[in-house]
Amino acid sequence: MSSNNKKWFSLNLGTKPKASNKSCSCGKTSGGCGGAHSEQQQLSDEEFAKAAINASIGEERVKDGFDQVFDVKMDRRSAFKKLTASLLIGAGAVSTSCSVISGDEAKEKAQIDWEEQFKGNYKLMTDKEKEATVNRLVRSYQLRTGKTISMSSKNAEEDVLFGYAFNISKCQGYMDCVNACVEENNQDRNSQMQYIRIHEMKDGNGFSFDEADDNYYHEVPAEGHFYMGTQCFHCDNPPCVNVCPVQATWREDDGLVVVDYDWCVGCRYCMAACPYDGRRFNWSKPEVPEAEVNHNQHYLGNRMRKKGVMEKCTFCVQRSRAGKNPACVEACPTGARIFGNLLDPNSTIRWVLENKKVFRLKEDLGTEPKFWYFMD
Amino acid sequence: MSRLRVFRSLVKDSLDAITHGSKRYHLWMAALTFIMLVGMYCYSIQLDEGLSVTGMTDRVSWGLYISNFTFLVGVAAAAVMLVMPTYVLKDVDFKQAVLIGEGLAVAALIMCLAFVVADMGGPSVLWHMIPGIGVFNFPNSMLTWDVLVLNGYLFLNITIPFYILFRHYQGKESKKSVYVPGAILSVFWAVGIHLVTAFLYQGLQARPFWNNALLGPRFLASAFAAGPALIILVLAIIRNFTEFKIQDKTIKKIAMVVTVAAQINLIMLVSELFKEFYAPTHHSESAYYLFFGLHGKNALLPWIWTAIPLNVLATVLLTFHKLRNNFKVLYFCCFILFIAIWIEKGFGLIVPGFIPGPYGKIAEYTPTGIEIGVTLGIWALGAFVFTVLAKTAIGIELGKLRYKKQ
Repeated sequence: MSSNNKKWFSLNLGTKPKASNKSCSCGKTSGGCGGAHSEQQQLSDEEFAKAAINASIGEERVKDGFDQVFDVKMDRRSAFKKLTASLLIGAGAVSTSCSVISGDEAKEKAQIDWEEQFKGNYKLMTDKEKEATVNRLVRSYQLRTGKTISMSSKNAEEDVLFGYAFNISKCQGYMDCVNACVEENNQDRNSQMQYIRIHEMKDGNGFSFDEADDNYYHEVPAEGHFYMGTQCFHCDNPPCVNVCPVQATWREDDGLVVVDYDWCVGCRYCMAACPYDGRRFNWSKPEVPEAEVNHNQHYLGNRMRKKGVMEKCTFCVQRSRAGKNPACVEACPTGARIFGNLLDPNSTIRWVLENKKVFRLKEDLGTEPKFWYFMD
Repeated sequence: MSRLRVFRSLVKDSLDAITHGSKRYHLWMAALTFIMLVGMYCYSIQLDEGLSVTGMTDRVSWGLYISNFTFLVGVAAAAVMLVMPTYVLKDVDFKQAVLIGEGLAVAALIMCLAFVVADMGGPSVLWHMIPGIGVFNFPNSMLTWDVLVLNGYLFLNITIPFYILFRHYQGKESKKSVYVPGAILSVFWAVGIHLVTAFLYQGLQARPFWNNALLGPRFLASAFAAGPALIILVLAIIRNFTEFKIQDKTIKKIAMVVTVAAQINLIMLVSELFKEFYAPTHHSESAYYLFFGLHGKNALLPWIWTAIPLNVLATVLLTFHKLRNNFKVLYFCCFILFIAIWIEKGFGLIVPGFIPGPYGKIAEYTPTGIEIGVTLGIWALGAFVFTVLAKTAIGIELGKLRYKKQ
């Protein structure tokens, strides 16, 4: 989806650039040797991308859910076969929804459950379909609990690419970020799931993660220790996305790596592929006390998950796409966390990247995290 | 329509054959059914409560299920070691064994698929993975490759023996021109399934223990040792309990295959150990955990130090012709080799991949009773499927099952 030329500030620390289309025979990678020539090249790139997408996704781009499944060309025999099969399955649902005994609400609930079970992949939905599924989920929650939530399906904005920086000198290990994250993102309270891990490291040992403690329980800051946090780094070349067999996780245009909880089959291949321990699995049904549920939700973010699906940090998509900072950034009492738009030259994150000696973890893996560390 | 009638009669006859047998046979099937039921009960608990009833956690997110899956792909792939000489090299004395080998492959593949489904968090949305209906992330995800090759291999291994048996059932010779192309294809396919399964792990830069180029070849070597070892054991049992004739020559030839594969496997093991321990790096920690334990955590030590000596002992014994040609020694070797490779290529491979974690956290994994119950249930399922297939096949090959014989 994204064009090959990087639009944001990039630290070139030896990772080889992906075949840049912008370079021309004169060797320059920017500007261009003969103005018009490079412009034209750019245009044909776009056209090429369009054609490629059309060829690969084609009709599926505008279809979703039932359409993705059923609106396909087929001969009469296979159509008949499919019809018979779906009639059999549908009979059960029909008997529920047509039952005279069960009330209207039960029927509506059955209808919603049915449609939710067989909807398509969010990544391939049109805006209208996204809205429809969000409405269904809101209504379903209302029917179940009597409470109204607001759920957004806001897409990535143009010219936005989110990035994050972490000041190791400032972090004192208070873990306010962790608590704020759990509250904001409706994580399972039973298993104490946390997206953020704060590693307590010994002074003088450098970044020796194997000697660090990421599960400490004592007064902080502890003498002779320093702290650093890890979470999903929203890699630009995320290994987790490649391995997913059903494309239930992907990189959005604003750089967020997200999961469609309803499309995930729970194979946990992405978890094995993540070099940063950025992913979490719902080993049992996640539970949040009704009073603690954050009602301001996003489909790709903090809406309620179910058992047996992956989830992860989304840079609080429900907040960041609404122009706010993620909960961890807002909660940090020391100001160690900085978040912003990498494409905005006036953003704080750009200032940090340009003026501090920043580094990233495990850069040798070629994952291109959008999460930088720095020290004062 | 006449074919359909023959098929119906075949199904009826085979149902008849598998429901009749000696007392020992009935006991065996009853025991398997019981274990399967226990496994299903355990699985129902897992479905209800979620995967939290297993020993897996966010730190070690694959366990016994995926370990067994990995090992069984190897067993399935090993059927090729019998197919090749029989159909391609026209070495006829394998023909008796090959149907058994293919039956074993089918059973192993069914177990593989069952283990994968058992490991899924959302089995109810598995249709997302069906090409055409769901969204199939091909060719990016190695898991989609695995789905394709495993199901393709299952198809090949069902259709080829089915064709042969179907012809024999009618008292006709099977036509070479029909099954030989399929058999040749399945030879390459078998290498494919195991290599693809190895790539599943090998392609993860996040896990240095798996991310090495030797993983794929070593998978193949260990598979071609463990698989035929199991086939020898099964043939030995069939020889003892049925009239099905299996020549000594056949078993000796398979033993040769086992020996060579076990020797190659051992060489690769040495190469792996040398790389990990001669100049240990940060990436050798998983190997240290596996062989010596890390920071006092050493749950896998008894297992791996059972596996390695058994592996070496079996390979050394098999290397001597005199010992290998003594069937008692051979069966013993095959048994310990099978156990050794099950440990080594099962959880000896999967679990250390997660330990230490990406940030050095050492959290150990111990399977729970429910997990073990499901695992045993699936193994019983495999044994059950194999027994059913083998009984029918043997009946047909012995001429007991014939169309319109009654």
